Amino acid sequence: MTTSTTHSAHHLRRVFVWELPVRVYHWINALCILALIGTGFSIGDPPAIMTGREAYSNFWFGTTRFIHFAAAYLFFFNFLFRLYWGFVGNKYANWKNFIPTNRAFWKDMWGIIKSDVFMTKGYNLHAIGHNRLAGFIYFLTFIAFGIQCLTGFGLYSAMSDWWFPNLFSWVPFLFGGDFMMRQIHHWAMWFFILFAIVHVYLVFYHDYVEGRGEISSMGGGWKFIEEETFKKNMEEERE
Amino acid sequence: MIAESPTKKATYYEELRGKGYSRRDFMKFCTMITAYMGLQSSGVAQVAEALKNKPRVPVIWLHFQECTCCSESFIRSSHPIVADIILDKISLDYTETLMAAAGHQAEAAMQKTMKDYHGEYVLCVEGSVPAGADGVYCMIGGKTSMDILHEAAEGAKAIICWGSCASNGCVQAAKPNPTKATPIHKIIKGKPIIKVPGCPPIGEVMAGVLVHLITFGTIPALDGIGRPKAFYSKRVHDSCYRRPYYDAGMFVETFDDENAKRGYCLYKVGCKGPSTYNACGVMRWNNGVSYPIQSGHGCFGCSEESFWDNGPIYARQANAGLFGIEANADKIGMVALGVTAAGIAAHAVATNLRKHKIVEDLISEGKQGEKELKEQ
Repeated sequence: MTTSTTHSAHHLRRVFVWELPVRVYHWINALCILALIGTGFSIGDPPAIMTGREAYSNFWFGTTRFIHFAAAYLFFFNFLFRLYWGFVGNKYANWKNFIPTNRAFWKDMWGIIKSDVFMTKGYNLHAIGHNRLAGFIYFLTFIAFGIQCLTGFGLYSAMSDWWFPNLFSWVPFLFGGDFMMRQIHHWAMWFFILFAIVHVYLVFYHDYVEGRGEISSMGGGWKFIEEETFKKNMEEERE
Repeated sequence: MIAESPTKKATYYEELRGKGYSRRDFMKFCTMITAYMGLQSSGVAQVAEALKNKPRVPVIWLHFQECTCCSESFIRSSHPIVADIILDKISLDYTETLMAAAGHQAEAAMQKTMKDYHGEYVLCVEGSVPAGADGVYCMIGGKTSMDILHEAAEGAKAIICWGSCASNGCVQAAKPNPTKATPIHKIIKGKPIIKVPGCPPIGEVMAGVLVHLITFGTIPALDGIGRPKAFYSKRVHDSCYRRPYYDAGMFVETFDDENAKRGYCLYKVGCKGPSTYNACGVMRWNNGVSYPIQSGHGCFGCSEESFWDNGPIYARQANAGLFGIEANADKIGMVALGVTAAGIAAHAVATNLRKHKIVEDLISEGKQGEKELKEQ
């Protein structure tokens, strides 16, 4: 909890939080998701184009689908890379940030819900990387990534002879066929849209109430942490 | 005509010659069905060999909750031998629709086949079995269809589920399924089951499945939900002659527009070809005359699991199921989007009220720095 008073200046420490691979992953992921949502909507409900031209002179729908599939491959391998980085990256990239493994994780999460969502208590400035609630929400997004990859490549497997997408050819039968899989794929997209909006808002929110450079941290990789929070984290690290 | 003797049963070829078909007719049929089964041309000899030498496989064909469109489709398959070979009164030991016998005689014939050919006969089932109200919704000869199925399945070598009713319950199993119509694979366990879904399935596909059983004596290769791969491994979409319009993004918007007259892709008016696995685009119907898409109507996915409950037939949308017929994923998504936006707005306002002090401090700290710089 912050104890700063008017006119007392914070002493800030620069902490390198997001390594270059994490930042590259983040932006590739963001661009892929934008492309996938845009082309996905277009594939699900193509715009009405009335044309007198012959079919051979048009290929826009084929191109839209190509972009969707190409972005999907990039998204998938980028995601795999991030999973790998969760084991070899720095402590802020580690998988333990995302999966609740102890009671303290849940307790911390509840504290953040109280301070950031219900605002019933003052601000909890303890975390340097992801706070516990954010970490857990990212864990849910990873599950959504997984669902989207499974259903997407499951749908795609019927159109490909390559062995890789055919690794997913069993997926449709889990749901009794392509119908249900397509519906799940479409439904899950809405999670991404809602997530992206809330995510961007919260980045601004944290920047606004913390003044740590949250927005730019995904550019340069560093955040500016108050001296006292820095020391507190150092003590915890020693334990 | 070669008479059927109790010791040696006539082969398919003998039956057909007896019915007046020439060897040439027979070979034409073998060639055609081999092509339909997706075998290479050397397979013609295998098929001909099998039909020539193997005695006919006894078949019991049961009808439960169904409309008989599967039988109709079957007897209209493009080659007359297809119907003759199986639906001949000798080959088919029991089928309510086409057998000559009736009443107790017919029931006795079925019992006799089940006894004489125990473990040898092929059980074909057309229709689903109602499990509700102790099965009274479908009773034949005083027995429930559930009892009849169990009795007939016990000595069957293999079970073929004709059509969507037997494969997944079709329309009578659509929500809320008042009779608890149940597909065969959910009732009978431990027997090889081949599903030949479709409403109805294509006659040549049905014949192809039977000829495979006769020729090779094995179950054809099946996909993940038990359909023969030879006929159900490609999407209707992939063999559609309107596919170029799909790739070009030229779609029918309504059934009476200019694009419909030009024969553009039916994707936007709900064609389920992209998620339906069947051979319609290749084999077509009624001697290869046409199929739904060629007739200007989208595929509605009849060979897929529970296709009646998979959303509207004339629209491409992910329906919600839980939230009523009118709700679809995008409508609910829009509402969720509105709620999220409202939540964010409320949160932003609350932040400025509840965390006013914190934000004020940050601002004044920043301003202080600015001031100190100016004073220097």
